[in-house]
Order: sequence, then structure tokens, then C-alpha cells
Amino acid sequence: MAINPDYAGRTFEPSEPYEVSRVKIAEFATAIGEPSPLCRDRAAAQAAGYPDVIAPPTFAIVVTSAGNSKLMSDPDLGVNYAMIVHGEQSFTHTRPLHAGDIVVAQSTIESIKQVRNMTTMAMVTEVRTVDGEHVCTARSTLVERGA
Amino acid sequence: MASPSYQDIQAGAEIAPRQYQVTRRDLVRYAGASGDFNVIHWNERIAKSVGLPNVIAHGMLTMALAGRYLTEWAGDPGAVTEFGVRFSSPVVVPDDDKGAMVEIAGAVTGKLDGNQVTVEITARSGDAKVLTRAHAVVRLATV
Repeated sequence: MAINPDYAGRTFEPSEPYEVSRVKIAEFATAIGEPSPLCRDRAAAQAAGYPDVIAPPTFAIVVTSAGNSKLMSDPDLGVNYAMIVHGEQSFTHTRPLHAGDIVVAQSTIESIKQVRNMTTMAMVTEVRTVDGEHVCTARSTLVERGA
Repeated sequence: MASPSYQDIQAGAEIAPRQYQVTRRDLVRYAGASGDFNVIHWNERIAKSVGLPNVIAHGMLTMALAGRYLTEWAGDPGAVTEFGVRFSSPVVVPDDDKGAMVEIAGAVTGKLDGNQVTVEITARSGDAKVLTRAHAVVRLATV
């Protein structure tokens, strides 16, 4: 069983809105050891020119993963999680995510390729506020190792 | 450590290397914070059954540590505008108190408009390069 190549080129519906919370940003910052008060203290973030506490750059993966969870667990796509490794990841931020943002993620599977006994799937996910403001473009390549 | 200013920084400037310890506890914490509960990041039995040497760290945790390396250097967690990596080798995390050590180093490779610089990063754990093609664009403070 491998990832279904019929999904290549498909763009999915935008995800349900995700509300970025101060608590989640602080939890994520602690988990990665990011010490900045700008991730925890609203007054400090505002003094630095941000509307509220801001997320570290890779926090966007929380939003894109939540947005892609339904798609990624679709049995027709056929992703076998125990055999998945993350190949590549990139983020382009228009601005940092901050507490209070309500965002949606919309993904396109750009390619699904079979190379020897590996399947690679490249995906791009656009993160926008519910008002349509672009916040982040995330690109991921997942590699499913053959059994 | 004082944050560098855009005016003072030059292409070729090295960023002081840093070491980050990653234990099983860190993996559990990152799983909860990120929502990535893939079993290969916490279950040694299943990790080994699918051909891995042991439990491995989330690639996104390794990338997050490299991100923290950059944001701590710049003095602002919102300073990284572009960031991309290739996960070239897993960070293997044994079930002991020391876990794995990830060593991250970087250098400024160029200056862009908008007080931004390009940075190239290397990340190693033991003998393995765990990130390759790791590049970022970082906005620096101005004097």
C-alpha cells in the first residue's frame, strides 16, 4: 500500500477556522525552549510593535497540521503514518502569527512520486486570516518508506 | 548576548554555535504542543518494528530548535520571514537522561533590502547532519 497518486494536483477546501490562542503559543514556545517574553507577555509584544503575543516561526505547522488532519487521515489517500518521515519543510511568513488570529489553511498536493520503494508527496498550504489576509505559505515534502 | 544590528552585520559573519539537548521528555512535550502524535516519536517498540534505530525526534522539533537559534540571535521570535530545511537524517533519541544533542551553527550569507539578511544553518547530531539545505531570511534590528 502506498500513497494514492490520483491525489496529485488536487486542491482541497479551506480548513475550519483555527483560532490562535496565547496559551497555545506559550505552550509551543516552552516545548521548543524559546525563552522570549514576546511569546508570553502581551505588553512586551505590544511594546515591540505586535498586536499581541507572537508565535515562533515554526508554530505555523500547528495550524497547517490541524487544517490538513482530515485530508491526511483520508483512507483513499492511504498515508501509512508509521512509515512516514518528513523530507523537507519551508515557511514564508508575510507576518508572524499572533494571538487572536483566526486563520484557515488551504492545501494543494503538488506532486506524488514513486522513487524506488519510497513515495514522496509535496504539498503547499496557504494560511490566511478569515478576512483573507495572507499570513504564511508552508511547503512540506513527506516521504513514505516502502514496507 | 546583544542582538546584531543590520548596519553592523556583514556577509560571512558567523553566528555562535549552540547545543540543544533533546530527551524523550522533550519529545512528549513537543508532541502535545504540536499535536503530532506519530508513534515513531514516542514508542520504541513500534519505531524499531518499522526499521528505525530507536525513537526519533520530530523533524519539526529539530527545525524549531534551528528557528529558536535564529530568533534568539535576532532577539525577536517574529524576525524569521523565510525558513526552509531538508531533514537529511533523523535525530535518534535513546531512553536515557541525556537523550540526543543537536548542535546548530550558522553564518550570514548576504544582505537584503528591508533590514533582512540571508543565513545558512548547519545542524548535527552525533556524526550525522540532521538538516541540510537549511536557509533562512531574518530581519534584524537597526541602530
